[in-house]
Amino acid sequence: MTDIPFLSLAIWVPIIGGLVVLATGSDRNAPLARTLALVTAVFGFAVTIPLYTRFDVASAAMQFTEARSWVWASHFKFDYYLGVDGLSVWFVLLNAFITIFVVIAGWQVIRDRVAQYMAAFLIMSGLMNGIFAALDGVLFYVFFEASLIPLYLIIGIWGGPNRVHAAIKFFLFTLAGSLLMLLALLYLYSVSGSFNILDWHRLPLGMGAQSLIFFAFLIAFGVKVPMWPVHTWLPDAHVEAPTGGSVVLAAIALKLGAYGFLRFSLPIVPNAAVEYAPLVIALSLIAVVYIGLVALVQADMKKLVAYSSISHMGFVTLGFFMFNLFGIEGALIQMISHGFVSAAMFLCIGVLYDRMHSRQIADYGGVVKTMPKFAAFFMLFAMANAGLPATSGFVGEFTVILGAVQYNFWVAFLAATTLILGAAYTLWMYKQVVFGAVANDHVAQLVDLDAREFLFLAALAFCVLAMGLYPFPFTEVMHASVNELLRHVTAGKL
Amino acid sequence: MDMKTLYLLVPLAPLAGAIVAGLFGKLVGRTGAHLVAIAGVLAAFIASILIFQDVQAGNTFNGALYTWMRVGGVNFEVGFLIDQLTVMMMLVVTFVSLMVHIYTIGYMADDPGYQRFFSYISLFTFSMLMLVMSNNFLQLFFGWEAVGLVSYLLIGFWYERPTAIHANLKAFLVNRVGDFGFLLGIGLIVAHTGSLDYREVFGHAQTLASQEMAATGWPLLTAICICLFIGAMGKSAQVPLHVWLPDSMEGPTPISALIHAATMVTAGIFMVARMSPLFELSDVALSFVLVIGATTALFMGFLGIVQNDIKRVVAYSTLSQLGYMTVALGVSAYSAAVFHLMTHAFFKALLFLGAGSVIIGMHHDQDMRNMGGLWKYMKITWITSLIGSLALIGTPFFSGFYSKDSIIEAVHASNIPGAGYALFCVLVGVFVTAFYSFRMYFLVFHGRERFGQPHDGAHDDHGEHHHGLAPGQKPHESPWVVTVPLVLLAIPSVLIGFFTIAPLLFGDWFKEAIFVGGHVGLKEAEEAFHGAFRMALHGLVTAPFWLALAGVALAWFFYLKRPDIPATIARTLRPLVTVLENKYYFDRFNEIFLAGGARLLGRGLWKGGDQGLIDGLVVGGTTKFVGWMARISSLFQTGHLYQYAFTMIIGVFVLLTFWIARV
Repeated sequence: MTDIPFLSLAIWVPIIGGLVVLATGSDRNAPLARTLALVTAVFGFAVTIPLYTRFDVASAAMQFTEARSWVWASHFKFDYYLGVDGLSVWFVLLNAFITIFVVIAGWQVIRDRVAQYMAAFLIMSGLMNGIFAALDGVLFYVFFEASLIPLYLIIGIWGGPNRVHAAIKFFLFTLAGSLLMLLALLYLYSVSGSFNILDWHRLPLGMGAQSLIFFAFLIAFGVKVPMWPVHTWLPDAHVEAPTGGSVVLAAIALKLGAYGFLRFSLPIVPNAAVEYAPLVIALSLIAVVYIGLVALVQADMKKLVAYSSISHMGFVTLGFFMFNLFGIEGALIQMISHGFVSAAMFLCIGVLYDRMHSRQIADYGGVVKTMPKFAAFFMLFAMANAGLPATSGFVGEFTVILGAVQYNFWVAFLAATTLILGAAYTLWMYKQVVFGAVANDHVAQLVDLDAREFLFLAALAFCVLAMGLYPFPFTEVMHASVNELLRHVTAGKL
Repeated sequence: MDMKTLYLLVPLAPLAGAIVAGLFGKLVGRTGAHLVAIAGVLAAFIASILIFQDVQAGNTFNGALYTWMRVGGVNFEVGFLIDQLTVMMMLVVTFVSLMVHIYTIGYMADDPGYQRFFSYISLFTFSMLMLVMSNNFLQLFFGWEAVGLVSYLLIGFWYERPTAIHANLKAFLVNRVGDFGFLLGIGLIVAHTGSLDYREVFGHAQTLASQEMAATGWPLLTAICICLFIGAMGKSAQVPLHVWLPDSMEGPTPISALIHAATMVTAGIFMVARMSPLFELSDVALSFVLVIGATTALFMGFLGIVQNDIKRVVAYSTLSQLGYMTVALGVSAYSAAVFHLMTHAFFKALLFLGAGSVIIGMHHDQDMRNMGGLWKYMKITWITSLIGSLALIGTPFFSGFYSKDSIIEAVHASNIPGAGYALFCVLVGVFVTAFYSFRMYFLVFHGRERFGQPHDGAHDDHGEHHHGLAPGQKPHESPWVVTVPLVLLAIPSVLIGFFTIAPLLFGDWFKEAIFVGGHVGLKEAEEAFHGAFRMALHGLVTAPFWLALAGVALAWFFYLKRPDIPATIARTLRPLVTVLENKYYFDRFNEIFLAGGARLLGRGLWKGGDQGLIDGLVVGGTTKFVGWMARISSLFQTGHLYQYAFTMIIGVFVLLTFWIARV
């Protein structure tokens, strides 16, 4: 391997690029800001590609590691320590990839404070790469908290009419969770004398300490996922966020919590994780069934897809806590797939919203008549959302359900209801919006996709189909790390 | 060309046609689209014939194309199993599909969605072929869902009709209920055998049969088979998951023939036959299959009697015939089920396409009450429809006779629980089939000419625009692209049974593909079989033939001789007719309790749970609590210096006292 610090590049290229974009200042320079943002996003994605091509699939160890001592005070030190393994590498790539779409999605739509808007997304993208790559507790926490700020600003500045309420709700929920995480991290430091996450994996801990830490993490990451019952901030945040904000929120931000479970909860407190797994599984199943039912009655497209996201993320937490290969790998696939599919769903809604300025399902009907190309793409993504085979949405759900049958038939039974519920709410929305007679004059005057929109939907369609038809390359990367994780969890610490 | 390339060509040629017609429809134009699509299906058909000859020579194939995914030591593969059962299905699918493709040129001639339609039916052909050619459960499920998707798209083809987009959503969701069971069945198989490959799983069949399910203590194999069969109930429209099929008639007629009669709906039958090594080891599952099938065969037949829409009569007839196939599966006569699947594919596709031809002739009026005497105007449609009806009711020497009679024989010989009930159902079913088939035949082709008259309110019309013949207008025969497929389908409807019963049922054609364990199956029928000709002669003196004859005679008496009698009966038996007209209230029940219940529950959880409890009480409560604390603490911040000073002095005093007391 070469010494090029790919992970540092993945983090700092978007952040520095974002600062440069920010420096272009007022909206008079908007075209420049857009171009710079796009160049940064593309370059930011390009530097992550070697992470896949040079990834050693046989190794479970951290790869592309970078460690620089960053002593702060003699008795309180943390390191700039980065690395990825089979659990995290896809999310760095996914994050950098989605950032390109976010920039393109806001190309013409955002007209106020363009530079700030683009900069916020780029900086957030870099920070989130930091979360996935950090192997030091403090570094992780800093990135984790810092990434809240751009998203808070994006919702609060470029959002809808209730944006302030939504932004504050979002901020408070996640902040409350992460304060508990901070306590847990400080405790781990006080016991181990180190902020190195990999040291914590090996740190012996009693059941009492494990339990407390487990619940601190459960709340911190559960809010982010979000798990039932701390999920109510998400629909509000989505409804008020601009399209790009929704895309990042659904495609990447929700993955942070799930990733936290894999990097912290399972390996650091394995015995507590096994002990309380039934609780997490119960919450996950509630997410699948309860939220699936709630999604059925939504009148707002974004809310519907937001609830659908929560339900799909239920599959992720379910998969993690069954402690079998199908479960964990299925959940990881589900996370990647959800990145593509939810991004595409929100972009589709954005395409409609840009034209009609309404998210209400009742305002639509017969869109296929005026926007046939759009309808075709939307159909594909709706089917992916409903988990149709040959789309990426199927792979994760299928694998997790296989894992669930191995774990317990009734768990699988409840999880599999998503087959019916997911199809019901997604296709019901599709029917109301796209099929039927042309509902009103606004729909009659709709214009089909322009080249820019066609391009980003086609790119995502390609990803959704490619992953559905050939998921092999995605799972190959995970095996070694997931095997190692499972071995570690099974061995326990007691 | 080596065989593997040929195997690949079969599904990929229609796929290529679908892609060209779908994505480049504007570029290639209408003619280009149908030429490409037909060329693809034709290539698949010819390749299937070549493969058939190869299989006849004894060359079967079972192997993977590529590894789709690998998790937990299980290889998820995409691959083909080419054996006698597969190749028969391939021939049926590609032949009927080819006929339907040609027919579509005429039927959809004026439709603006011409290219889209060709793209969908080619895509369907691809999906169906992937389903039947699969050698593993993953690909089976892929094909299973993909045909469901295309069915959904085609039922809702005329997306501006509210009934059509209601029907397609319903079809998809009901099928998903079946898939729910199917997926759990596949999950159980993977969990206990660690494989998705048919051969490997069948190798574990005995072990599975001796195990119990961990969570429930149920016999494992029975649970697996019933789960898989629930999938078949959705796809093959067995009670109570049959509700989507009649509504699917909202789609254009060519796909009713291809998807909702000849091929897709028989996927469940095919699947159970393919899984015979598993089903054979569970009598409970077989009984379950038998009872469901028998119920469907008889009770869906009754519904055919009260329909006035020509397509819906054929649809209920399809339901009933699928019931017959399922009955055959239940009594371990898998080859009879598949045999009936094949003969049914031909004569039912014929009947549907014939109905479509009538609909064209009637200018898209589907109500049989507005027809009558059409034989004079549509000679080819008339004769071919008569052939189809005779085949359907099981007239000796016609193809339907051989397959249906074999099923009845097998039920008669069977001794598994439920066989007595099933025998009653299939025998009464023969009478009912004959009655509704010839009711339709007489109402459409004979009797008084009722078309071209001003319609009363009882017009079964779906569209916004007016359908039907104007007063004085006469129906006309359809163009050759429509009638040629009718003729080509009529030939196998008559002959295929006679020529293939010996090898398919009593020969060793299916020996490798289908496994019959200790059950009677077709053994007794085999002993009684002395050639197709003698079987048909013997058929003339058995009960089913007389039952069928009675059905035809009664239909003739009611609908030609004394048309006043049905009305009288309908009046006197009002409650019964109401039940039939409401299709046993299945739809009402589903809409109110299942769909309505789910929405009610969803609304309750949303308003009560999310907004009330979580946001209102917990989140809002916390906010209020913080605000309350803030207000209380703000009481202390009065801004008056003397109050602060007073508090300080008191505080110092208390602290001092406390400190001194401690010392």
